Amino acid sequence: MTESPAVRHEWPLFEVFVRAKRGLNHVHVGSLRAADHEMALHHARDLYTRRNEGVSIWVVESDDVVSSSPDEKEAFFAPSGDKVYRHPTYYAIPDSVPHI
Amino acid sequence: MTDGERVFAETIEKDQRVEPRDWMPDGYRKTMIRQIAQHAHSEIIGMQPEGEWITRAPSLRRKAILLAKVQDEAGHGLYLYSAAETLGADRGDLTRRLIEGRQKYSSIFNYPTLLFADVGVIGWLVDGAAICNQVPLCRSSYGPYGRAMIRICKEESFHQRQGYELLMTMMRGTPEQREMVQDAVDRWWWPSLMMFGPPDADSPNSAQSMAWKVKRHSNDELRQRFVDMSAPQAAALGVTLPDPVLRWNPDREHYDFGEIDWAEFKRVVSGDGPLNKARIAHRRKADEDGAWVREAAAAHAAKRRPAMTGHEGTAKEAQP
Repeated sequence: MTESPAVRHEWPLFEVFVRAKRGLNHVHVGSLRAADHEMALHHARDLYTRRNEGVSIWVVESDDVVSSSPDEKEAFFAPSGDKVYRHPTYYAIPDSVPHI
Repeated sequence: MTDGERVFAETIEKDQRVEPRDWMPDGYRKTMIRQIAQHAHSEIIGMQPEGEWITRAPSLRRKAILLAKVQDEAGHGLYLYSAAETLGADRGDLTRRLIEGRQKYSSIFNYPTLLFADVGVIGWLVDGAAICNQVPLCRSSYGPYGRAMIRICKEESFHQRQGYELLMTMMRGTPEQREMVQDAVDRWWWPSLMMFGPPDADSPNSAQSMAWKVKRHSNDELRQRFVDMSAPQAAALGVTLPDPVLRWNPDREHYDFGEIDWAEFKRVVSGDGPLNKARIAHRRKADEDGAWVREAAAAHAAKRRPAMTGHEGTAKEAQP
């Protein structure tokens, strides 16, 4: 926390992920402030699922999220750029061959 | 041009979204923080005019609806503070700027809600104007802001419809009830038009915001769209909009409308509206009254957190 102590007690930031319905992945929906994980879950329910938008919620403290850097984007994702043979369209198959 | 500048320019050019960790010009970051914070503050202050009517709503149904609506406004404020934090702003700092008068909120919330009919008119006109403003913002170039706006717009539709339905119900009631609706419309119509901001010729930040695709339509364009939508809705409701020159212009295919009192707009924006001081005083009191809860919850969390987890900030805060 960078604030001066006299000012206010700011709770840590949590990232919220919601599973909209069974069979789908949890998707990031936003963030919120809470004192701990339990409060973060309750706040996430009140904030992000007021209209049945979810059947399951994950909360993760934002400081615990590690992300790739946009500055290194090109180098970081380069290894997959030149491997066209990983895609099915790379392989020429005659139209006469069925079901492939 | 640096790599960052090039990527930013291309992103805007191709109508793609700028995301939190991308390089962006300082001016863009500052503009977005200012706009998102101002929008968040408007949602939070916007709870007050209608919140005053929750205990006085005339039926359990209306009370439940109003409670849900005011809770949504709180939610909208929080979605937006969340978006502002992705730009490096701090939520507590933004609240402090609001209560110290260093950041603004929409002037519309400085007007009083004198009658229950005002709740209906706010839903119809104020939320209607907000929808006009906000739908284009769903395509704002800043990703987290656009995504928050999509969520907000979905919920605003309920706000507007509940207001209009409330007014239809009152218009079917007694002559006194119809008079109350007309009275509320008379008071809220012009402030609603002011919600779109100063005329284009007087809007210094607009050109840059349009270039950055933060803003998609001019103030006057959105205001005209709102008038065109509202005039037939007023007719269907059976109320008169308080503008003697309001009429359909077949040549322009738009409604013509009267001159807005920009002196009043400037007065209210600069802090001299009917309730500017009361709104901020209320927000300040809520913040101060809640301080012990925030501190107690942080202390409780620190006590329950296993030692040596590296969350020193929270543990330190718990010290008396």
